[in-house]
Amino acid sequence: MQIIHDRNPAMPKSWNRDSKPHRFCPGCGHGIFLKALGEVIDELGIAERTVFGCDIGCSLLAWDFFNVDSVQTHHGRTIPVVAGAKRANPELIVVAYMGDGGGYAIGAQHLVNAALRNEQITVLLANNSVYAMTGGQMAPTTLPGQKTGTTPYGRDPEATGQPTLGPEMVAAITSDRAYVARGTVANFPRLKRYVKQAIENQLAGRGFSFVEALSGCPTNWRTNAKQTWSYLDDEMTKYFPLGEIKVPKVSEEEQQ
Amino acid sequence: MDTIFIKEQRAFMTGNEVIAWAALAAGADIMYGYPITPQNEIMHYWTRLAPKYGRGFLQTEDELSAGFATLGGVMAGKKAFCATAGPGNVLMQEPISMAEMMRIPAVWFIQQRGGPSTATVIYSQQETRLTCFGGNGEGLRLVYSTATHQEIFDYTLKAFNHAWRYRFPTFVLGDGYQAKMREALTLYDPQTRGTQLQSTSPMLGVKGKVQHHRNTFNIEEELYETLSKHLAEWQQMAREVVEWSVSGDEEPDLLLVAHGVVSRATMAASKQLREKGYRVGHFRPITLRPFPITALQEIAGKSQQILVVESAHGQLMSLVRDALYGCSCAPVHGLLRPGLGITAEQVIRQAEELLPKRGYSGANHS
Repeated sequence: MQIIHDRNPAMPKSWNRDSKPHRFCPGCGHGIFLKALGEVIDELGIAERTVFGCDIGCSLLAWDFFNVDSVQTHHGRTIPVVAGAKRANPELIVVAYMGDGGGYAIGAQHLVNAALRNEQITVLLANNSVYAMTGGQMAPTTLPGQKTGTTPYGRDPEATGQPTLGPEMVAAITSDRAYVARGTVANFPRLKRYVKQAIENQLAGRGFSFVEALSGCPTNWRTNAKQTWSYLDDEMTKYFPLGEIKVPKVSEEEQQ
Repeated sequence: MDTIFIKEQRAFMTGNEVIAWAALAAGADIMYGYPITPQNEIMHYWTRLAPKYGRGFLQTEDELSAGFATLGGVMAGKKAFCATAGPGNVLMQEPISMAEMMRIPAVWFIQQRGGPSTATVIYSQQETRLTCFGGNGEGLRLVYSTATHQEIFDYTLKAFNHAWRYRFPTFVLGDGYQAKMREALTLYDPQTRGTQLQSTSPMLGVKGKVQHHRNTFNIEEELYETLSKHLAEWQQMAREVVEWSVSGDEEPDLLLVAHGVVSRATMAASKQLREKGYRVGHFRPITLRPFPITALQEIAGKSQQILVVESAHGQLMSLVRDALYGCSCAPVHGLLRPGLGITAEQVIRQAEELLPKRGYSGANHS
């Protein structure tokens, strides 16, 4: 006989139980990404000094997701808010959490310039290939041919360009102290490892850390569970290769 | 902290330099800035002074980032400030709206330039409405409009203290003339004049206390409840901080109304007109938001006519008309010169066209 509750993993301590069950749609990838972050906060024992910043769009639903200090804003401005806080109080461990619209379109300048300045912050970005909360419009990350609210006949790269390769862009402009990776909510252990590396890079005071996670949006994709998984795992990975793109150089001093 | 002014000292400097010194004296910890004329020298002077006094600076990628980083700095417990102008002030409305919603106390210096859009880098009073009411909200702000360099210094100190006392976004509204011209003033440590500096407290990173700050709301009533509280607190603040100056005849044939640097021309005009025998009054709002409605109503009710003088096309005039609606029958005229400087002579010429001929003046009142 199966004992169901034994198979249910525990909720991270850093999660705010009062805001659970969370507000994301069934099948949404945010919960998995935020679980990775929650477990990392627990393992590193940094809940007391962590500031979680979230953006507009679906990510804002996480404004009280954690039992850690949180601030919610919009338009990718989460990056300057947490960068401003980190500059004012370097003891804080700051995380800016957002979607692909915030990070790659309306707030792209903040991602680029925070990366260039090697701000001591961690940016976590969920890439689900659409503007989800606004009803599924084309995002910078929409795949060629993908149907969305504003590309009803499929995205035409001739007219609208190719999907944004965020981590590759960030890797190209950052110093060798940065950490950059792309994971997927379809592979939790690997995603969690990347998130941990990204936070540890900030803890070590090396510099800017960026993790993009491929994430599913069955509501706007209008897909069932199997189709969602297939789109996430088979289609998106064709354009968005998984893996660590930049691992910071660790000085001999730091190794000792 | 190093002593900034060992004793009171006279200085002759530009308005932008005054702001850097005043922010230092007000206990500002960090500035987040982005270049735009005519406020640039605030950053130039601040970045020269800041390292000597252990203060910080970050030049960001744009005004959005400067504004939002300012809010992050304040939330982390520092006295942070920002400065901008013109199109930068337009972008700045986004972070200022967040400050209004989340009651984050920060200070902005606005050095108005010509508008709309890029326009001139020189001067105007065309950011009056934007600074008072910009953003998608109710203008829950505190806006001081300065006229002299001494006022820039004094009101910067006041702006920092009132921002952190009342927790509404607070502005020192200047302009390109005030920014760039040199003038004599007295620099001083506010504490030697009995003004205590308002303390700060972090909204993030307080041990043993988890704080969730949001500006998103799920339901109409939830937002309305929060806003109603903010509106009530803003009204309470308004009663305590509203400032104006009134001078001249108490029952004037003509009441001159102006704010900021233009009020220096209207003050001079008022003096000269009175020397010529005219009955002239002068009213200057010092806080534009809250606007000194009651005080204006009082003097306007005793005035035959009103002349609003501004380097904009009716931005102050609409505040005046709004304040006087139903309370005064005096016709409201305008000397409106958007983006242009205004001299006392121009005010006198306009005033003399409106005023009853000398010799008859006062006959109606005696």
